[in-house]
Amino acid sequence: MSLLNSITIFVLAVFIGFEIISKVPAMLHTPLMSGTNAIHGIVLVGAMLVAGSADSTLEQVLAFIAVVFATVNVVGGFLVTDRMLEMFKRR
Amino acid sequence: MTTPLALSQTAINFTYLVAAVLLIVGIRRLSAPPTARSGNVIAAIGMTIAIVFTLLDRDIDKYWLIAAGTAVGTVVGVASARLVKMTAIPQMVALFNGVGGGAAALVATSEFHRLAPASGHLAGDDIGAMLFSALIGSVSFAGSLVAFAKLQELLPGRPIVFAGQQAANAALFAAIVACGALAGATENGVWMVLLLVGALLFGMLLVLPIGGADMPVVISLLNAFTGLAAASTGFVLENTALIIGGTLVGASGTLLTILMGRAMNRSLANVLFGAFGAAPAGGAALAASTDGKSYREITAEDAAVMLAYANRVVIVPGYGLAVAQAQHAVRELADLLEKRGVDVKYAIHPVAGRMPGHMNVLLAEANVPYPQLFDMEDINPEFPRTDVALVIGANDVTNPAARSAPESPIYGMPILNVDEAANVVVLKRSMSPGFAGIDNDLYYNPKTAMLFGDAKSSVEKLVAGVKAA
Repeated sequence: MSLLNSITIFVLAVFIGFEIISKVPAMLHTPLMSGTNAIHGIVLVGAMLVAGSADSTLEQVLAFIAVVFATVNVVGGFLVTDRMLEMFKRR
Repeated sequence: MTTPLALSQTAINFTYLVAAVLLIVGIRRLSAPPTARSGNVIAAIGMTIAIVFTLLDRDIDKYWLIAAGTAVGTVVGVASARLVKMTAIPQMVALFNGVGGGAAALVATSEFHRLAPASGHLAGDDIGAMLFSALIGSVSFAGSLVAFAKLQELLPGRPIVFAGQQAANAALFAAIVACGALAGATENGVWMVLLLVGALLFGMLLVLPIGGADMPVVISLLNAFTGLAAASTGFVLENTALIIGGTLVGASGTLLTILMGRAMNRSLANVLFGAFGAAPAGGAALAASTDGKSYREITAEDAAVMLAYANRVVIVPGYGLAVAQAQHAVRELADLLEKRGVDVKYAIHPVAGRMPGHMNVLLAEANVPYPQLFDMEDINPEFPRTDVALVIGANDVTNPAARSAPESPIYGMPILNVDEAANVVVLKRSMSPGFAGIDNDLYYNPKTAMLFGDAKSSVEKLVAGVKAA
């Protein structure tokens, strides 16, 4: 994948990111922050790729911590967002 | 050993496309109340797809390392998300954000270590992206930990400032950039380590001078930072899922930060460099001038009678309500009053509590009917017609200094105009100032009566009083 491809994807994603949350009521600010917080846990994909091909002990240690951190981010992030939103379900 | 199931990069990229669509649909649904919960689930499904199919990448051969890491992370993540109290959720979000940033920095560092010594000819864009994720990820990690410590009250919520702080920050940032340039030019790990240390320090220094009341905006900003750090690792690893997922958060998080700031009538620059609540010269004079003012105390019985015979009551909840877990008692009080024919409304300030939406979540937990909750713009015109404004553990969002005192640190922040009601009853533990560390003139208003005590027990006393009235 060329650098230009990466930049293209990046620029388009910037526009989408801005567009999709244009009108958010204040009461959803926190759940939305928490939900997007879980989504940057996608870095787990990077952590797994690095862990899976780590050679030296140092790399393995770094990658292991990265996998732990990113997993906490994903799992904790989605669960805590769900707990917040669960409160809204009844009227 | 490579898995026999290994997929081609094209096939994996296709699953990333599916994951990206689900993430986008998920965020979109998260931003509207009726669809929010399903949006979170859809985003989680998208994430799972990206993660599971990444495991089929041919370059992965150390599954034991991944299994061990995800197992530990899952246990920690599930436990902390399940066990945390509703009131502590803001700092939990800060913590989850911080570890995400830390993961991005570690990924970049590990890649640097793997690639730098081998060739000595790292491509410029790769090294640039590595240094960027190491820098931004570390800033987000350290900044989020400080935000956590402030919200958890391990550190004082007040801004921590020292002379020459901004000059020191600028110098530190210049040093970090220099380390980055040297790391790129020499591909020597020492510079990378110095960059990481500098970035951690910078992250702490960035958040320390920011007052507790601004923490939600700061966490949102650091959330966007972590997104960009994750996207940047995507440039290093040439991975579309990382670029798209990280960038979506970077962009939407930036916009969300601006929206939150706007709800508080504060610009981002003001939040970052304004040292909100630092009690500058004018603020100190203001605080001193309140000495000698008198306030009026009221008993729970008297307050209950006042409420029981009112026509219109507006309840203003704040962080004190959350801390005391008084939401169920408040609902009981409101139900009792309604039965007596009192019109009860709730006034929700956009940043009441520690985070926007904090009060909505708590009151929803106590099954408060949604139509009784009013936003600031809708309730403010009602206060002049209100008999009793019942302020439960809210402080800074009711401070009239925001309207009238240009020297006050919170001047210009939109507030709930509770002082326009005929009577104000404030439930509060003591006369100590609020989270922003500013005294509140409302308490010295002749219309205001103070009912001291824990919010929950005070509200329970009011319930008993209304029943007896």
